[in-house]
Amino acid sequence: MHERFANAYDPFVIPYMIGLIFVLAYLVIALVTVIKNIPMSDRKKMLRHLFSFKIFITIKDIIADCLLHIKIWKKNRLLGYMHSSIAFGWFMLIVVGHIEIFFFAPHRVNLPYYPIFFRYFMMETESTMKGSLFFFLMDFFLLMVLSGIALAMIKRIRRRLFGMRRTTRLKWNDQLAMYSLWCIFPLRFLAESFTSHISGGGFLTRSFGMIFDWFNQFINNDALIRPIWWAYSIALMVFFLTLPWSRFTHILAEALLIFMRNAGIRETDKNNGYASVEIFSCSRCGICLDPCQMVSSASLRPMATVDFTRNVRLRQHKPAMAAASYCLMCNRCVQACPVGVNSVRLKLNLKGASINYRYPNRYDYVETENSKKSETVTLTPQVVYFAGCMSHLTPKIEQSMLKIFEAAGVNYTFLDKDGGICCGRPLMLTGDREGSEQLVARNTEAILSTGAKILVCSCPICYRIFKDTYKLEGVQVLHHTEYILQLLESGMITVRKSARKGVYHDPCELGRNSGIYQQPRDVLYRVLNLQKNAYEGKDALCCGHSIAAEGMPYKKRRMIARDALHKMTEQPVDMLITACPSCKKAFAEIGEADIRDIAEIVCEQLVKRP
Amino acid sequence: MKDFGFGIKKSNVIDLDKTDWTFLREIAAEEPSFLHCFFCGTCTATCSAGKYTGFNLRRLQLLIRRGQFDEVAERVSECMLCGKCQWVCPKGVNTRHVVTLINKKLHARKIR
Amino acid sequence: MEDTIVILGGGPAGMEAALSLAGRGHKVYIVEKTGSLGGHLSRWDRLFPQQEPAQDILEELLNGIRKADDKIEVIYNAQVQSVKRRMRGLEVMLSNQQLLLVDALLVCCGFELFRAERKEEYGYGIYENVLTSADLEDRFKNRKVLCSDGRVPERVAFVHCVGSRDEKVDHTYCSKVCCVTAVKQACEIKELYPQTEVFNLYMDLRMFDRYFEQMYHKAQSQYGVHFVRGRLSEVSETADGKLQIKTEDTLLGRPMKLTVDMLVLMTGMQACAQTGELSEKLDIKVSPSDHFFETKDLFLKGNYAHAKGVFLAGACTGPKSLPDTLQDARSAAESIHRYLTD
Repeated sequence: MHERFANAYDPFVIPYMIGLIFVLAYLVIALVTVIKNIPMSDRKKMLRHLFSFKIFITIKDIIADCLLHIKIWKKNRLLGYMHSSIAFGWFMLIVVGHIEIFFFAPHRVNLPYYPIFFRYFMMETESTMKGSLFFFLMDFFLLMVLSGIALAMIKRIRRRLFGMRRTTRLKWNDQLAMYSLWCIFPLRFLAESFTSHISGGGFLTRSFGMIFDWFNQFINNDALIRPIWWAYSIALMVFFLTLPWSRFTHILAEALLIFMRNAGIRETDKNNGYASVEIFSCSRCGICLDPCQMVSSASLRPMATVDFTRNVRLRQHKPAMAAASYCLMCNRCVQACPVGVNSVRLKLNLKGASINYRYPNRYDYVETENSKKSETVTLTPQVVYFAGCMSHLTPKIEQSMLKIFEAAGVNYTFLDKDGGICCGRPLMLTGDREGSEQLVARNTEAILSTGAKILVCSCPICYRIFKDTYKLEGVQVLHHTEYILQLLESGMITVRKSARKGVYHDPCELGRNSGIYQQPRDVLYRVLNLQKNAYEGKDALCCGHSIAAEGMPYKKRRMIARDALHKMTEQPVDMLITACPSCKKAFAEIGEADIRDIAEIVCEQLVKRP
Repeated sequence: MKDFGFGIKKSNVIDLDKTDWTFLREIAAEEPSFLHCFFCGTCTATCSAGKYTGFNLRRLQLLIRRGQFDEVAERVSECMLCGKCQWVCPKGVNTRHVVTLINKKLHARKIR
Repeated sequence: MEDTIVILGGGPAGMEAALSLAGRGHKVYIVEKTGSLGGHLSRWDRLFPQQEPAQDILEELLNGIRKADDKIEVIYNAQVQSVKRRMRGLEVMLSNQQLLLVDALLVCCGFELFRAERKEEYGYGIYENVLTSADLEDRFKNRKVLCSDGRVPERVAFVHCVGSRDEKVDHTYCSKVCCVTAVKQACEIKELYPQTEVFNLYMDLRMFDRYFEQMYHKAQSQYGVHFVRGRLSEVSETADGKLQIKTEDTLLGRPMKLTVDMLVLMTGMQACAQTGELSEKLDIKVSPSDHFFETKDLFLKGNYAHAKGVFLAGACTGPKSLPDTLQDARSAAESIHRYLTD
């Protein structure tokens, strides 16, 4: 094999070079911007990671996630093959293409376009058979990419084959990038096939080349060679030029994201450089669409996470903000995301950035009430009970808990009996961290002043912030499901089992977001005939009334609640049991089923001690 | 100009002829349920903050409709956004969003 | 040849329509799902606006039906199983396997009371001294309205609009009769126990009909009933077993709390449970906004359903007071008569 042209140049490389220079410049600027927008400590972590042995783990992860798309394989094999054939095939074309140059034209290594248009510049000789391995490999990976692109086209029409009920809708920028990407490989295939009688080729390009050769007797095929290489080059240019505004930034951003994550960098409460890498890592695969109940139950397709990330990427503030204020923050999409984009955190940070006010000492008005309370407590209680604001609207939960405390003979104090103050999580979920901190400080003082060693709360919203944010030294924080289980296991209360059938609904804040799955089930097995359903544990549905979704209209919330209730009660049951006052109210408002809290059902089944 | 001996103090009359409704419209554009309120006061009855202080969401919503922003600005920060009002509201007003928007817009307009 | 009409429901509307139709010479079947006629009327003690005993009205209706027994046949403990359309009229199969061939069908299935336990924050089914207006009416019949511990209540509060004008239970409409019923019941409590303090928690007082405003005036001037413009937010129990209720005095603009011995929830009307099923069997429309049956229009076809030969009367087309229901029944009879003789 030797070179056809002494100057190793043809004008059709110009479009490609324009695209390449543009995209490289863009990448450099993007990388610098990212590094500039992360804290110094994170930069140090990146540097340290680069020169540690752990970098090999990162390389392994990048290969597994960015090239082989292992996580998507787990969801659906066809979808997995589609993603990995394109990514891995393309990557291997680049790698093998460069190796080929090292073997056959080592002095051209410094020409960036040379591996791309290699077949045009090279010519078959007697010794070509030495390159047959490369011919085979290059054709094999080309075929792999082509099959992936064919599947991508089919996916646009028959998405159910890929295990997806919904897929993303494309705007013009994504369309242009996608169509040019789709064109690149068929054009490369045609160009290499047409040239194969000169350059040689493998099973794919040479075989098709022979068919084209046959046409040569009717029309002059050789005249088509250069136009097709031009078209190939132009397709590459269009793809590169549209790349920054398209979803295909994920190709490189995801690798950077894995690197940063493995270096120990985590999302913060501000959308910084790391957050923008997350945004640009979203491949718009659309896997998050099906889990999203706003989409499936409330016809709120424009609010989906996959469009939120695009709107942030394209700086469309208004729709991005709307999506953030509608989002239930149930985390179902985050859990499904194959890239691991923490979109809920991104939305929360966006809300946080929109808070343009600060009110120092805004909750001073509650101070007197708390100091008064601590005076009246004489005997140090074992347990401090914090029902939470929502529980005041579900008196049955409160009443049941108080009866359980009494049955167990526990010395307790009911901190918010007269309506106390908010735990601070609702404020945090609107993005107002500063306001939330003020409430946290006040409640911390009130809780610690009781001297109790156990804090029991009935609301999973409170529970989460007590666990995650409060610094309650020496106080064990328990949701009432955990506490009731402790009482049962230690024999402080006893219950009898009823024959009634029930299904359990995992509240988002207690289950998916706090990992309390087993405790409520362990309690419920003791008190009734607990039935399984398809929406348990990590797959639990949201009740639609999340306090995070301050902007979602009530009617939409109700649609989500109704749909979730219907799904969970497909099998006939006597009641649906939950462990959150909000979830309870949300389902009860539908008015179609008996909805109970776990505390109520335990209280009903209590056996009085002799 | 001093035609009468009166009129030195600020008038007690709500002058609807001079009311600025742009604030109301801005909030309603972002949170349409703001216009659903029929002033039953359930939000105020259940309010966690209203027990301690003069925060009154029903009144604030009405004051905005009448263009009286001073009291709104004085009180709106006292809300803890706990969401009880949203649960009890019979009209499905997204009260938490309304309060957040009032806060943001007051600051954007530098009323506060 | 006489025409045959089947009336679904033996409440006041069904009875009054049956009497009107029988008077015009038609043969009428009343299909009643329970074992007796009267519907909600038989549960009530006295009626607004002038405290007429409900029993008197019911007796008069029942007497009429008894007298017209050649024309009116009542089928108890039965419901519609299926309906087939024929060339003229309908073939109605009942749950007791009786087959009726009729020329027209009149739906008078009425309303159901809102289930107050759906508003958990109001404490119905949780606290013993929280009653509904219907529960109170039962006690009026015995001339005794006592707390669960047998005491005479010192303070009673009435809560208006429970399950009415409330998006959260998907009842966005006004039930029309609760305001005036609350005023009536408040006065009755005062008649029974003049020492008891009575409070009415209302959103708007809708005293729209004849003599209603006079009742309201009397409640204030003669009985000293307290009226508070505010809606109940929640109820809790005090240490001594009383009920503490929270509202806002919206006229003063301040939150208000109040301890009472008894709380009466004025539960509104909702479409009866069979509405959906019946609409499918009869191929007639249900309003998506309030879930009551839809009439062809609200003016000249106010008793016509969206299917030939099917008519509607009474509270199955939206909340109605008793006088309105009876008038609507007579108007439905007139519409059916016109339809049959056309």
